[in-house]
Amino acid sequence: MSGLIGSTPAVINVGLASFAESIEAAGGDVTQVDWRPPAEGEATAGRALARLTADPRVEKANEVALARFLAARPVLAGVATARDVVPGLGDRVVLHAGPPVEWPAMAGPMKGAVVGAMLYEGWAADADEAERRAASGEVAFSPCHHHSAVGPMAGVISPSMPVWVVEDREHGGTAFSNLNEGLGRALRFGANGPDVIDRLRFMASTLAPALGAAVERLGGIELKPLIAQALHMGDECHNRNVAASSLLTRRLAPAMLHAGVAGEQAAAALEFIAGNDHFFLNVSMAACKAMLDAAHDVAGSSMVTVMSRNGTEFGIRLSGTGDRWFTAPAPVVEGLFFSGYSREDAAPDLGDSSISEAAGIGGFAMAAAPAIVQFVGGTPADAIAYTNEMFAVTLGVNPVFTVPSLGFASLPAGIDALRVVDTGVAPVINTGIAHREPGIGQVGAGVTRAPLACFAEAVRELERGLG
Amino acid sequence: MAVRQRVIPGLYRDSVSLMQCASKVEALPGVERVGAMMATPANLELAREVGMLGHEEAVGAGPNDLLLLVQGDVEEVALAAFEEAERILTQAPAASSGGVEERAPTSLRGALEASPDSRLALVSTPGEYAASEAMKALRLGLDVMIFSDNVSVADEVELKGLAHERGLLVMGPDCGTAIVGGLPLGFANVVASGPIGCVGASGTGLQQVTTLIDRLGSGITHALGTGSHDLSEEVGGVSTIDAVRALGEDGATRVLVLVSKPPAESVLAAVLDAAASTGKPVVACLLGVDPSKVQRDGVVVARTLEEAAWHAVEAATGSPPGRPDEAEIERDARAMAEGLQAGQRFVRGLYAGGTFSFEAVLLLSESLGSVTSNTPAGGATRAGDPWSSEGHFVVDLGDDEFTRGRPHPMIDQRLRLERLAREAADPTVAVVLFDVVLGYGAHPGPAEELASAVERARRAAAAEGRTTVFVASVCGTAGDPQGLEATEARLRDAGVLLAQSNAQAARVAASIVAEREEGAS
Repeated sequence: MSGLIGSTPAVINVGLASFAESIEAAGGDVTQVDWRPPAEGEATAGRALARLTADPRVEKANEVALARFLAARPVLAGVATARDVVPGLGDRVVLHAGPPVEWPAMAGPMKGAVVGAMLYEGWAADADEAERRAASGEVAFSPCHHHSAVGPMAGVISPSMPVWVVEDREHGGTAFSNLNEGLGRALRFGANGPDVIDRLRFMASTLAPALGAAVERLGGIELKPLIAQALHMGDECHNRNVAASSLLTRRLAPAMLHAGVAGEQAAAALEFIAGNDHFFLNVSMAACKAMLDAAHDVAGSSMVTVMSRNGTEFGIRLSGTGDRWFTAPAPVVEGLFFSGYSREDAAPDLGDSSISEAAGIGGFAMAAAPAIVQFVGGTPADAIAYTNEMFAVTLGVNPVFTVPSLGFASLPAGIDALRVVDTGVAPVINTGIAHREPGIGQVGAGVTRAPLACFAEAVRELERGLG
Repeated sequence: MAVRQRVIPGLYRDSVSLMQCASKVEALPGVERVGAMMATPANLELAREVGMLGHEEAVGAGPNDLLLLVQGDVEEVALAAFEEAERILTQAPAASSGGVEERAPTSLRGALEASPDSRLALVSTPGEYAASEAMKALRLGLDVMIFSDNVSVADEVELKGLAHERGLLVMGPDCGTAIVGGLPLGFANVVASGPIGCVGASGTGLQQVTTLIDRLGSGITHALGTGSHDLSEEVGGVSTIDAVRALGEDGATRVLVLVSKPPAESVLAAVLDAAASTGKPVVACLLGVDPSKVQRDGVVVARTLEEAAWHAVEAATGSPPGRPDEAEIERDARAMAEGLQAGQRFVRGLYAGGTFSFEAVLLLSESLGSVTSNTPAGGATRAGDPWSSEGHFVVDLGDDEFTRGRPHPMIDQRLRLERLAREAADPTVAVVLFDVVLGYGAHPGPAEELASAVERARRAAAAEGRTTVFVASVCGTAGDPQGLEATEARLRDAGVLLAQSNAQAARVAASIVAEREEGAS
């Protein structure tokens, strides 16, 4: 028999609040749960969750996964051409954001980006031909996440594009991301006109070698300290990257010149970076991917290692469920729209950039970036509230990432699918909003929530696996 | 004095945090000086200038690494200083000003993390979610009371198996009341503490016994509810037996009381054996069970809930408690019955408490023969339509068909008030019998509504030249939030004849109509 008998127990009250009031009135110690039906009331997932609660196998696995995540040491190691470094990237393969999706089901921006990549690769002479070839199966599509890579928005990476190479020097993993093109008409939003293709060529021929030389000169750049510093400077490192981009530029500029990059090339490269407040985003995403890959594949773990969207579906992966994707329809983002655009123009949520939130920055670090909440008409207090709320769904905290406005508290880290399903608190995601038609570009930015249904499905599967 | 180094790779802290850390660590005994810095070339140069770092000394740290330097007496001091510095640099700050806000937990697990000393979960969610919440609680090492109903038998069996295996207790599902360590859980009264431990598979039964124990001047250690299905064949009395054993081992509990409606036969024996083997005096009130089947060494059989309280207090104090004066209430009853007309022959019981209803049916059937009820006991007949009465009729208004989509009559009395008016208007009715349950969870002021309804009914009857006798008992104690004395006074004012217990109320009601039947025959 437990310690129930022989003393006055402290009580947790799940349900009628009046019972808690009675216990309090009688002088007892009671904690009221702000309860709602777990798994949005779906019984199978609710029961799977109950069966996995405090399961020592899951607890242990989560400890391991979180420790590996926290121990990861992502270092920006270089810039390379995708075909040379990205595993499994064959000749006619185009990588895309989110869970698997085939051509017919692709969202407008993603189709536009695929066409652009094909034009850039020289696989088609014009957009019509590219679409025909894409539809005929001549090109294979594969999620970036199947290749240790991530890309914002459409996330399209084709073999001759340059990619960032980020190494986890603690565990030896490597992650990749494409280079950020800047705002406006960009491939990642589905734009594929000659200006877009020309810029991609500039990035490959001029920017990438200059960056590569600088990074090599530096012997790599430790990314966690840089992100940590940016979090103290008003970035949450997903939708606001101005501080981190500046910090990165400060490191790259002298190194580029020391490395002997020609004046004009260096000037062009640095000018390009200086004109893009989001330049660091892709670097940060690759760092997040490297950190989360370190935590992936721990049997039994309910830690979320991927959150991503392909414009049609939102998908997650858990550390303990291997390569399985758990998907739900991609939500539409609530946010502010650039003048002339509205919700009607918005594509559903898109991009691998929610890897940021999976890694505990972005929406989870909103308290660090009060300026961001203006996108949803919020106040700095709302920003703090978003971060505070996320502690309910994480396995722990990341002592390396702290927030001044929370008294330098560590940020929540390691999303636990069990806790998400149990609390009904959906992970918050800061994100840009693409136009639903290809080629128009970003039309706004805002905040969205990961759909709970995919977490419920993941919990069901984890429970099936553990039996 | 030697300066020792430690590098924390990849940890960034701003210079103010680092200075604060250094000054705190410098306060440790034996520590001379502390440097804490990001290992940038400029910072290393500064450290060299102030002599914390030798001019040619190598540092295994780069600009992104945090370097700690400690100058102190001995190595142990430095080690302690490094540990303290790391702790300060990586700790979650206090949740005070500007810190992480305390939010209401949104899950059981969150609540346990917020209040790690918690030991019991009280679950009253809609039934379809209750089993899962209870399972979480058990898996987290908590005892559970499940107030919710509509939990499947399979779930109940699984939960109780899990609890038993882990040495935990599941009270419920459908457990309306418990008092654990003085805390009222669900519907429960304020009962004095004392040497009597109660275990009950019936809610109001447990409330009646505990309040009477209190009113007899004794008290309880715990009153553990086990849920209305615990003593079924399928569930096997797991919770009742575990609860009995727990109270058996509890030093403060000197007497055990068992309360229930009829258990499955196989379960009955197991429960009684468990009770008898505690070696403590046991009082068993198993309503509707043939006393010969209950007989065991060390087990006293009580036929009513009030008898259970009497026997328990006697066992606890060593002397029989004073019993209420039946003659006085009989006198009052006869006086009230004088105004009844010849056609007024029936008793109608309107109950909020299920066990009270059950007990009344048993006692009325014994005296009156044919009684009809929606929850029949003994020889009573099952009501075809519980919404309308005929003959001697007892209705449990807390039964499922009345509570579907409606609050329980212990909380919301409207249905009972309407029914009371209807029964009193029936010219064949002599006595309206009812219960009033006080305590936490129950209606905050049941007396006023009931008394007003009685007054209205009496006026309506008087207008037709009739009278009706109202007999009731109040299940409560002086300590209950509604107040026993005030409740009884209000009801008495309205002309309600008040008994000390439900059993006495039923006996009085039966005697009034029995005399009339004799008189009529």
